Amino acid sequence: MKTQVPILITMIVGASLVLAMFVPHSPFRTLDEHFSVWFDILACFAFVLGGGNLLKVHLRKVSARGKDWAYSAVTVASFLVMLVAGLFKLGAPSWDTDFIGDGTWFKAIYDATFAPLQATMFSLLAFFVASASFRAFRAKTREATLLLVAASIILVGRTPLGDTLTAWLPRPLEFLRIANLSNWLLSVPNLAGQRAIMVGIALGVISTSLKLILGIERSHLGGVRE
Amino acid sequence: MTPDAWFNPAKSNLFVIAAILVAGFVWSIQRARAGAPIKIRRIAGLDAIEEAVGRATEMGRAVLFVPGMRDMDNVQTIAGVTILGGVARKTAEYDTRLIVPTSRSLVMSTAREAVRGAYLAAGRPDLYSDEMIYYVTDEQFGYVAHLDGVMVRQRPAACIYMGPFFAESLILAETGNSVGAIQVAGTAQPQQLPFFVAACDYTLIGEEIFAASAYLSRDPAMVGSLRGQDFGKLVAMGAIAAGVLIETLRVVTGSVALASLSERFLRLFALNF
Repeated sequence: MKTQVPILITMIVGASLVLAMFVPHSPFRTLDEHFSVWFDILACFAFVLGGGNLLKVHLRKVSARGKDWAYSAVTVASFLVMLVAGLFKLGAPSWDTDFIGDGTWFKAIYDATFAPLQATMFSLLAFFVASASFRAFRAKTREATLLLVAASIILVGRTPLGDTLTAWLPRPLEFLRIANLSNWLLSVPNLAGQRAIMVGIALGVISTSLKLILGIERSHLGGVRE
Repeated sequence: MTPDAWFNPAKSNLFVIAAILVAGFVWSIQRARAGAPIKIRRIAGLDAIEEAVGRATEMGRAVLFVPGMRDMDNVQTIAGVTILGGVARKTAEYDTRLIVPTSRSLVMSTAREAVRGAYLAAGRPDLYSDEMIYYVTDEQFGYVAHLDGVMVRQRPAACIYMGPFFAESLILAETGNSVGAIQVAGTAQPQQLPFFVAACDYTLIGEEIFAASAYLSRDPAMVGSLRGQDFGKLVAMGAIAAGVLIETLRVVTGSVALASLSERFLRLFALNF
């Protein structure tokens, strides 16, 4: 029963949405929008579930004074501060103001702490791109050498230096200019590879959706087959 | 077309293509169920999962599983949770600690069901605990910060990333690499694949993430769906070859009839949304 009911719901909803793609007649016309709204409603309840789980996990760590409990204390404190600031619209000029409106504590705390922290995490990417490229582009094998050459052409071709370096090439050899080579690499071999992957992904999505609709795929419901 | 019509003729091309593909899938599944032998090629990334869990067991460290940054309405997340079931089965058999932080609470609930089922199927329900799978935050970089913290502090021996990933893919994979974890990744986000390929030991590329559940379970119906996928690829290859041939002949001959055929052929694949 615990797996049969979700499978039945998946089957009905999946088949209805496929039909809605081709049938403009009511109620199929608006089915997609309705299901999106229902999903949003479910997701609202999920926020409570998520918040509850977060508190449960971290309060347990704090009370047990386990390893790294201080991080959990900071998490719980931050969560509660933002929750109170948002729920009671602290600092808002009037109750009609949105909780993330100008002047609210929520916005002030978000802009002063969360946004810079988020930017810090994102900026780590620049260093990681450098370290990952260093490892990937070491010309140890033929494939890695090919990758190194292609990446170098694209990197240089995207800069003004690339134009300057090969601007002297005569018109018949124009295709050898680094900027043109860079564009060719991106729009021919790279795009062809990406499209092949996209075709595979599209078929994979169709296959997985069909397996879900037909009830063949059920391991995500806990129904691991022997 | 009136809004009360029961069929949108502008989408008849899509309907025909969808019908052909679905028929191919259903036929392949039926054939596999009837016992037709189907060979599956080796997927190194999926074979590596057992190696990764074994390594974690030997080192006495945990396995970190990340199911991506989207909710259960994303088919990649479903595929990720399905693979999680297979990973959990292994961690249950080897008695290895599994950590699954999620960025959506619905994913947390579903992942708990999948992991509980896997521990039950492995005959080790006593090892299962809800605390293995927990919610962190919906915020992309807040989630990444937590995962990085878990990797640096707990130093898992294996990091498995399966699902939809975005800008965080390289941050996660490089942090995992820096702590010496064996890493297996899989996503259907083509823009993130190069990052995973560069920083992880094994990467499931595109469709392989959707083939994982069939590969791991070897269930005939599931394996049959893989052959259905191959049938779809055959149709796509045929269409591409036909399109190239028609267009090349049109350019070479300048024929009006071929120009008309080429236009009709292109219309066959128009989305008409």
